[in-house]
Amino acid sequence: MTLTSDPASVRAALERLFSHPPFSDLDADLRGTAEIVMAEILNNIVEHAYAGEGGRIEMALQDGEGGLHCSISDRGRPFPLGEPPAGGLPDLSDDLPEGGFGWALIRAYAEDLNYERRDGWNHLRFRIGPGLPA
Amino acid sequence: MEIAARKHGPLLEVTVMENRIDAACAIQFKERMREVTETPSDRVLLDLSQVQFLDSSGLGAVVAVRKHLGEERPLDLTGLTPTVQKVFRLTRMDTVFTILPSGGLRDAG
Repeated sequence: MTLTSDPASVRAALERLFSHPPFSDLDADLRGTAEIVMAEILNNIVEHAYAGEGGRIEMALQDGEGGLHCSISDRGRPFPLGEPPAGGLPDLSDDLPEGGFGWALIRAYAEDLNYERRDGWNHLRFRIGPGLPA
Repeated sequence: MEIAARKHGPLLEVTVMENRIDAACAIQFKERMREVTETPSDRVLLDLSQVQFLDSSGLGAVVAVRKHLGEERPLDLTGLTPTVQKVFRLTRMDTVFTILPSGGLRDAG
């Protein structure tokens, strides 16, 4: 699936993906988790990789061994440190943060997360378990 | 962004009539919440029972509303659906907000 990089397109793509078979048949808990992870990754691409300038995002999702296998690619900027953020939670004890939760959510649920920068593209691959019932 | 508000004595009950609070509507959510909470009240109860999906932008918007209301006017939450609950739990925001069980207001009379 190819989408353009803006928040409305992200929402439309997620709704299209998760409200139609095969993913609408997923266990509700897993579907919710998958939608959270994909939303956070896609929103990060919109906001940081393309920095609001828009661009193409390619994504693929399929069920297989060990869960849902996802890949998301874009041609925006690479991660500033050359790899995805570690995803620590912001400090809640002082002034409440209004952001900084995205990678904490991604890291909590995306397994075997792999990042590659190749030929001007960012490629993220990961798995969300436990997958479709046999 | 459709948000409905009803006054119950000192409490303003605000219900989000949308199924998502995400990056595509977080700003509208904050603006609309500012408008509806102009009605004076001691407390605000935000009913999220229609909201099936909330991302980190939506979560940030809820935090922003709480900060806007200030410490003198608490913002409590109710009606968290499973995916929304998951986001609050994982970010530990469930320890920051008072979260009432669904129907809590009616049960409280």
